[in-house]
Amino acid sequence: MAKVKSNGDDHWLARPENIRLVWWLFIAVLVATVLSDLAVEHKPKFGIDGTFGFAAWFGLLSCVALVAFAKALGAILKRPDTFYDG
Amino acid sequence: MADFLIPPGLALIAAGLLVPMVQGRARSVLLLAAPLLTLWLIWQVPDGVVLSFEFMGYVIAPVEGDALSRLFATIFAIMAFGGGLFSLNRDNPTELSAAFVYAGSAISVAFAGDLITVFVFWEIMAVGSTIVVWCGGGEARRAGLRYAAIHLLGGVLLMAGIAGEIGATGSTEFRAMQPDSIARWLILAGFLINAGAPPLSAWLPDAYPEASWSGMVFLGAFTTKTAVYVLLRGFPGTELLIYVGLYMVFYGIVYAILENDIRRLLAYAIVSQAGFMVSGIGIGSEIALNGAAAHAFVSIIYMAVLVMSAGSVLYMTGKRKCTELGGLFRTMPLTCVCAIVGALSISSFPLTAGFVAKSMIPQGAADENLMIVWILLAAASAGVLFHAGIKFPWFVFFQKDSGLRPDDPPWNMKAAMVLFAFFCIALGVYPELLYALLSSPVDYVPYTGAHVVFQLQLLLFSGLAFFLMLGWLKSTMTITLDFDWFYRGLGRALQREFQIKGSAAWAAFADRTYRAVVRFLETVYRHHGPQGVLARTWPTGSMAFWITLLLGAYLIAYYL
Repeated sequence: MAKVKSNGDDHWLARPENIRLVWWLFIAVLVATVLSDLAVEHKPKFGIDGTFGFAAWFGLLSCVALVAFAKALGAILKRPDTFYDG
Repeated sequence: MADFLIPPGLALIAAGLLVPMVQGRARSVLLLAAPLLTLWLIWQVPDGVVLSFEFMGYVIAPVEGDALSRLFATIFAIMAFGGGLFSLNRDNPTELSAAFVYAGSAISVAFAGDLITVFVFWEIMAVGSTIVVWCGGGEARRAGLRYAAIHLLGGVLLMAGIAGEIGATGSTEFRAMQPDSIARWLILAGFLINAGAPPLSAWLPDAYPEASWSGMVFLGAFTTKTAVYVLLRGFPGTELLIYVGLYMVFYGIVYAILENDIRRLLAYAIVSQAGFMVSGIGIGSEIALNGAAAHAFVSIIYMAVLVMSAGSVLYMTGKRKCTELGGLFRTMPLTCVCAIVGALSISSFPLTAGFVAKSMIPQGAADENLMIVWILLAAASAGVLFHAGIKFPWFVFFQKDSGLRPDDPPWNMKAAMVLFAFFCIALGVYPELLYALLSSPVDYVPYTGAHVVFQLQLLLFSGLAFFLMLGWLKSTMTITLDFDWFYRGLGRALQREFQIKGSAAWAAFADRTYRAVVRFLETVYRHHGPQGVLARTWPTGSMAFWITLLLGAYLIAYYL
């Protein structure tokens, strides 16, 4: 449980230039997965799932919708975490 | 095998009761050997009723084997082993003893051939798990009481339902039903409460996180998955379960997105995972039921990894809030890697256990042409990655540098995490190992190009969404109100609301009562006190006068 003050960019993963590199790698992988839609044979069941890069845009939009909904709900139902104490 | 000897669940329960009686190395041996022995016993149980007897005119079949029973009993025993290993350095024999009794009861439910046996071990599970919660100390005392109250309610519903069912059919046999009578609805309600279904889901994130760092590892595995097992056995293809399951999935995701406490976040993830299984049971086709069973099996494994890693962080730092943690990857690399494996697995990344199991449920929805259900399940898969797959490891191990520099936990905790992380990968790479255990033959190929690409796109772009919206996701020191407000907050809110008027009314009432009492006492004093009429000394003559008068009146009355 040693509590040592961080001495700046101690770890290679914490350095800004490496974080930037990870981002570029991530974007490259994203592009690659969308493009690989062209390479595999799809058997769309409902029509909508046959659109190009369906899972990509659907996943992204689902998450945006979920977070938006969660934020709206949170605006009503969030309380300080000491709400039930005392 | 004809010469069947010991019911596996009872063996583990007996071992649990032995735990407090042994110490040191002997206890460690017991904690590791008992689940393995139980596992061996489980695999000696053949198909069909093995043990049955008559009790008060009812046929009781405590051990009835088939593939589904063995599947659930197997994972329960493996989990008891993993939990035992993780808890070797937990110096609390009460908790470990209760945890093993709880696990043994879960195995007994999995082998129960009749409803009475189901009920008996259902209740022992409730008792065992409540004790495990209580062993967390502090706030766990009150949380455990609330937990017990909800489970006793579930037990009452279940018992009423079972009594009605036996009364109506005359048979104690536990078989597939449809909710077409009040008794069966009650049974279904009792089962669903334990699964974490609405509206009472809040018992789970309320109680589990308050258990100790080791206790939650056991809690996360048995109650909800036993409920999934009895739903699979009792109510396959009940359409209502599709919607109940979907509600649970999205409830878990949305509340987890808002949650700050990592252990409560994982508790919500348990509800949302159970939701996938419940909706699979509702779809009811062979592939969906297989998917629900397989998903229960693997979700125990990866939830164990996640809960163990959160437990390790709690054990080493004493902290469990996103706002207090961060940057732990530097000094807890092994815990971090295991958590990531568990996180990938819960998100169903290819080559992990989640991928080969969970995707059978949406496949079942697609085969049945349930388009809306399929779309919602796909959105939910994205949401799972979002809240459990990324949020948990990101806020604990990366995010900001919290300045904390804890080491990885002791060897046994590391060993348990690595073992279960290994299972996650092994089942993802060799799904045949899992498929061979399922009750119906699996005609499903997880690794097709289209499926892998679909899943990678879905998950990676959800990941992108997470990092794009990181600013929105900043954890706050808050909780989110839930149904439990009705039994935790309503009374207090009413009290606050009526406090002023109530206290004025009480004061007036007390004042009036006081004055009435004083008046009464004054009257008594006036008549009986030293100066009172009735307390005076009366002369003898006046008594003689009154007696004469009375006798005279009597004589007149007599002659009249």
